[in-house]
Order: sequence, then structure tokens, then C-alpha cells
Amino acid sequence: MELISPDFGFFFWMVLAFGIVFFFVAKYAFPVIGRTLKNREQKIAESLEQAERIHEEMQNIQAKNEELLKKAREEREDMLNEARISRDKIIDEARTKAKEETSRLVESAKETIENERKAAMTDIKNEIANISIKVAEKILEKELSADEAQLNYINEIIKEADNQ
Amino acid sequence: MKIWKYFISLSFLMCLFLGTHSVAFAESEAQEEFKAGEVIIEHILDSYEWHIFTWKGHHVSVYLPCIVINEGKCYTFSSRVFHDNEFYTTVNKTNSEELVFTIPHDGSYKGKIVILNADGMQKRPLDISITKNVMALFISCALIIVLFYLVTKAYQKRGEKAPKGLQSLFEWLIVYVRDDIAKKAISEKSVDRYLPYLVTVFFFIFINNILGLIPIFPFGANITGNITVTAVLALFTFFITNLLGNKEYYKDIVNTPGVPWFLKFPLPLMPIIETVGCFTKPFVLAIRLFANITAGHIVVLGFISSIFIVAKISVAGGVGMSAFSLLLAIFVDCIELLVAYIQAYVFTLLSALYFGMASKEHHH
Repeated sequence: MELISPDFGFFFWMVLAFGIVFFFVAKYAFPVIGRTLKNREQKIAESLEQAERIHEEMQNIQAKNEELLKKAREEREDMLNEARISRDKIIDEARTKAKEETSRLVESAKETIENERKAAMTDIKNEIANISIKVAEKILEKELSADEAQLNYINEIIKEADNQ
Repeated sequence: MKIWKYFISLSFLMCLFLGTHSVAFAESEAQEEFKAGEVIIEHILDSYEWHIFTWKGHHVSVYLPCIVINEGKCYTFSSRVFHDNEFYTTVNKTNSEELVFTIPHDGSYKGKIVILNADGMQKRPLDISITKNVMALFISCALIIVLFYLVTKAYQKRGEKAPKGLQSLFEWLIVYVRDDIAKKAISEKSVDRYLPYLVTVFFFIFINNILGLIPIFPFGANITGNITVTAVLALFTFFITNLLGNKEYYKDIVNTPGVPWFLKFPLPLMPIIETVGCFTKPFVLAIRLFANITAGHIVVLGFISSIFIVAKISVAGGVGMSAFSLLLAIFVDCIELLVAYIQAYVFTLLSALYFGMASKEHHH
């Protein structure tokens, strides 16, 4: 019977002891634990959210970066193309100019040569004339002692002058 | 694996449990005929001294203080006075009347301190002695407070960092009570109001159940298997349910919804049933916890007792029986570990359900 009948003394101590434990847990321990747990959970939730956000941002940045890279690559391509075109143009221009210059040079060289040749020919002609005159003088000095010969010679010269 | 460490130490504790009880049984057997039922009931019940073991015919016990109040006078003495003598005589200082205390071996006050009147009548005074169960209760309560203190300190120190050590174990259980018991039964708005009690009651029952399984002094008392303890716990649940209940809860008791009117008028059948239900719910809580834990203790002790019953018949049988009984007792002890948890869970869950009923906001 004792097994199932509550005992007053034990009841008294149990109410007291459990009351103290309850009071201690409810007033001291649990507020701290509950608050910390709540704060931590909140912090974890916030951190997760933040991580998600950062991840998204990172993805955005990456996408942006890729786009920038793509753009840069395109720009580089464009610039290279432009450079190639302008290089070709410059080279062409230079070539044309060089050609022109060369032909001009050649032309002027030809002209100069022609002039020189002409001058030289004139000089040679003059020289030859001088020499001829001198030779003629010498010959004349020697052969124009006879009239006939002198006459012949004059004829000859006239002929020659006609032929010329 | 770390869990094996705990398993081994637990098994060791259980073997010790069985060992110490075996010694106690062996000694009691040596003195008189072994009566398993008496020995088991003696363990289950309360006593004024804490018997640890018997060594060569001498009882090694811790004698606890007796506090008795009679006619407004308080008498305190050690329970050792009943060790050598059957009677303890003291004098009331105001009227120099002699008072004779004794512990009867039979009758309605069997095993309790009574005052013997001059005409030989027994009178039970107000007895608030520190008995074995009270002592064990104090020890476990002190332990619970110390554990909670350490855990709270850990929380204060570590702040929002991840838990560590004892804190992790407590956090696991507290979060379990909060999320899987309280939040499922009670509405979000009022859950914070009931949570401290649910946590307290869960840890109180769980720790006391576990301590009851540890056989070494100062543990091993049958606290949660005592009807007084479970009754007090149930009373706490009862008062918290009904004192914090909202208007709807009381309206439902008086005017139960979803029930035909003729069950309420002219004979208020449903209100009567509902009102009785308010009392039976915590009553069932008390009985369930008491019966489960007491039964566990009885079964373990029963297996151990069977060793001595068989050993009386034949020595070889006793040896064989002890191996068999030890195995079974260890098995039952393992189940008791499970029961220790389940009963704490059930008590907390049902309390939470009652709180949830008393604080719900809307009907469906």
C-alpha cells in the first residue's frame, strides 16, 4: 500500500526541491540559454542569407567580368584590325611614295644624265672642233701651199658641211 | 569510436549495480530465508537510513536525520537511534512529558516513525524526515542545478560560438525539447511561456531516471518511481495548465464545441466529463511515470533475485543462473536506459500537449 500512497514529508521536500530547481532553471539558466540559442540561430540564418547574397553578387561580378573581358577582347580585335589596316595603308602609302620618289629620282637622274650627256657631247664636239681646227691648221700649214689642193680642200669642206 | 567508451563505462556501472545488489542479497540470505519480494519492495520503497551494503553481518548504512513535528513541537534525531533499540524516548521540554518514537514492523504505519501513546496506540506525527529518497532527491537536484549552472556559464562565455562538451549535450536536448516537443504542441505565441517548465521537467525526470539506474551510493534511489515525486510533477503540470489557460480553454470545458446540445443540457454531461478530464490528465501522467520506472527496477531486481532462489536449490544451478540472469539484467538495464529517455520525453510531450490545449487561439 505504501508503494502507491504519497507521503507527506517527501511531498513537502519534493515541492521544495523541484520548486528550487524550476526557479533556478526558469529564472537563471534558461533565459541565458534560450536567448543565446535564439541569437545564434538568427546569426546563422543571417549568415546563410548573407552568403547567398554574396554568392549571387559574386556571380553577377563574374558575369560582368566575363562581359568586360569579352568586350576587351573584341576591342583588342578591333584595335588590331584597325592597326593592321592602318599599317597596310601606311606601308602602301610609303611604297607608293617610295615608288614615286624613285621614279622621280630616276627621272631626274635620266634628265641629269641626258643633260650631262648633252653637255659632254657639246664639250666633245667643241673639243673635236678645236682639235680639228688645230689639226686642220697643222695640215693647212703643211698642204695649203698649193692652190689646187687648197681649192679641193675647200670643196671638200663645203660638201661635208652640206651633208651635215 | 567514442560511443564505445560510453557503452563500456555504462556496462561497467551496471555490472557494479548488479554486483552490489548481489552482495546485499547474499548477506540477507545468509541471515534468514531469502524472500525476493520483500527485498525488492524494500529497495523500491523509502527508508530512514540509506543501506549501502552488508559486510560480514554488519549493515553499512548512512543514517539520515529524522525530523518529526508533534503538536507544534519539532523533534530531530538521527535514524541511528533505531539501529540498536526499537524505541527512542525523548522529553518534551515544556511539559516534561515523555514521548516514545518507534518504527513498527507491521500495521498501517509499517516502516514509518510513529509516537507510542501511553495506551499503546500508534500516532503518526507530521514527518518531514530526510529519508533516503529525500536525500537522493537533494543530491540529484543539486546535480541538476550544478549542471545547468555550468552550461549557462558556458553559454555566457562562448556566446554565439558553437557549443562544446557538456554544453553540446544539453543543447541537443534543450533544442529537442523546444523544437520537437514544445513547438509542435504549443502555438508559436505562447511557447516561450511554457518552455522553461518543459525543459526543467524533462531534465529532472531524465537525470533522475538515469541516476536511479546507477547502483552506487549516493545514486540508485527510486526517485522517479515514487508516486509522491510523480504526483508533484503532475501537480505542477496541472496548475500550470489551468492557471495559465486562456478564456477559450475554459469556454471549451463549459461549452464543448462540436457536441450535440443534448449532451450539455439539461444534464451537463460533457462539461462534467471535461472537468474530470482536467484532473485525470495529470493523474495519468503521474501513474505512468511511476509505474514505468518502478517496474523497471522490479524487473532488474527480480532477475538478480532469481540467482539466489536457484542457488538455494543447487550450487551449479546458481552459477548457471547467475550468468543467465546477469545477461538478462544487463539487457533489461539497457532497456531501462531507453525507458529513462522515453518516459522523460512522454511526460514532457504530454505536458506540452496539455499546455497547447490550454493556450490555443482558434478552433478549426
